[in-house]
Amino acid sequence: MAKTIAEINEKIKEGKAVVFTAEEIIDVAREKGVKKAAQEVDVVTTGTFGIMCSSGAYFNIGHSTQRIKLGGGRAYLNDVPAYTGLAAVDLFLGANALPDDDPRNRIHPGEFIYGGGHVIEELVAGKDVRLAATAYGTDCYPRKRLETLINIKDINEAVLFNVRNAYQNYNVAVNLSNKTIYTYMGVLKPHLGNANYSSAGQLSPLFNDPYYRTIGIGTKIFLGGGIGFVAWQGTQHNPGVPRTEKGIPKEGAGTLAVIGDLKQMSPRWLVGSSVLGYGCSLTVGIGVPIPILDEEMLEYTAVTDADIYAPVIDYSDAFPNNKPGKLAEVTYAELKSGRIKVNGKAVPTASRSSYPRAVEIAAALKEWIQTSKFLLTESVQPLPGAESGVGVKPLNERPIEY
Amino acid sequence: MTVSKRIVLRFPRRLVERPIVYRLVKDYDLELNILKASITPEEEGLLVLELKGDQKEYDKGVDFLIKAGVKIQSLSQDVTRNEERCNHCGACITVCPTGAFRVDPKTREVLFDNEKCIACGLCIPACPPRAMEVHF
Ligand code: SF4
Ligand code: SF4
Repeated sequence: MAKTIAEINEKIKEGKAVVFTAEEIIDVAREKGVKKAAQEVDVVTTGTFGIMCSSGAYFNIGHSTQRIKLGGGRAYLNDVPAYTGLAAVDLFLGANALPDDDPRNRIHPGEFIYGGGHVIEELVAGKDVRLAATAYGTDCYPRKRLETLINIKDINEAVLFNVRNAYQNYNVAVNLSNKTIYTYMGVLKPHLGNANYSSAGQLSPLFNDPYYRTIGIGTKIFLGGGIGFVAWQGTQHNPGVPRTEKGIPKEGAGTLAVIGDLKQMSPRWLVGSSVLGYGCSLTVGIGVPIPILDEEMLEYTAVTDADIYAPVIDYSDAFPNNKPGKLAEVTYAELKSGRIKVNGKAVPTASRSSYPRAVEIAAALKEWIQTSKFLLTESVQPLPGAESGVGVKPLNERPIEY
Repeated sequence: MTVSKRIVLRFPRRLVERPIVYRLVKDYDLELNILKASITPEEEGLLVLELKGDQKEYDKGVDFLIKAGVKIQSLSQDVTRNEERCNHCGACITVCPTGAFRVDPKTREVLFDNEKCIACGLCIPACPPRAMEVHF
């Protein structure tokens, strides 16, 4: 018999909801069978903890005694430039932003020790951050310079807003060339020296609801240790890719844009990160609860690493030059065994996203739900699905005529 | 006087295939024990040796290595992991030339074996949250 989210919420309020993580549910489904498990289980919790580059935060810092209009001026947080194209005291800081004097890749590979992601981590940790700003001055906002410490406790708003997170599946990166390369997928040794992947696999949110039946706009989630919401589909949301019989996309597919109050998040789950030779970023923890409305949802959540395939892509040529072609298709079970076979060669694997932390997120969300601290939401609008025609287009470069 | 020291040798790519270590035995009468040998992602040769012999010959041997273009480092550097900061992602595993990191197959936590570490430093910039730290 099918359940509704409202019914599940009633059980959560009574402290009677039956909740498992997306890892635990695999054995539950095996032991009880899908039918029985679907009747008994109310919610399955998922989790993922990885570097998510399209992350950022916006702030409203409050008005100074003599007013300043940062919009159109310049602003730096701990020397990292923030975006000032908004009104007077709203700033946006992207995780990839770098101080003007960072050497970047001038000596390759650059180390990228401190950037936007690190500022976000420090703010969340409650540390004071230096704001330095200049403005052009107007009659209503006369001030031209501002230097002050700010603290997340004191500013009006601090909101995490990530435009693309929680990728549903991802490439496995290898290097066919004869020199070491430094990519966003990590250090890749020459001649297929290693293979790096980045997904929690069976625990990852969108693998557990592959057709976005329950995850949609407005879905309440675990975000950065606190509560957040799905704001929209993420950029490059690409639901129309090839899928397995069970509906699992065989390459990067759906993505989420997420939002939440930074003030209630924690630096354990938002970690400034440095990617050698690539740049700065933010490692983000996300967990999404999946209501077990019926047998179909239970079957989706019982997905295992052996059911999920990822494409192996050459990051020395195919990726940088946007050429099609995968070298192999491997399952997450194979990836987690420590070795995969590519072009007849055994290649050692390593993950970029943390499975133990994904487990911890799913367990935390499970605990919140079991103790009635977290209720599920109905999505207000579904994400574009596999049939929507929404996809990713390459840039069509056109010459500019002068 | 006899000495016994543990040192890390780094061979640039052009020296990797030359029989340099052999000369230590033949010309300087040093006893050696190879603790670790590998080729790093930069295709540099890495050799950790325990070298034993007469102090004078030892010094000459080391001098010979330096002149040949081998970089020498004593094993007194210590690389440790900041456990608070490590999130067990695994980015360090295939970077380490000596296999000092491995994944616990059950918990999938990344275990760090300090004993295997030769303080080459490769994992330090490769760790995204910068959990690996070098102490001199
Ligand atoms: S790369 Fe850093 S954070 Fe990741 S497992 Fe290794 S030491 Fe831990
Ligand atoms: S410094 Fe890091 S990469 Fe080098 S041997 Fe030690 S653990 Fe491995």
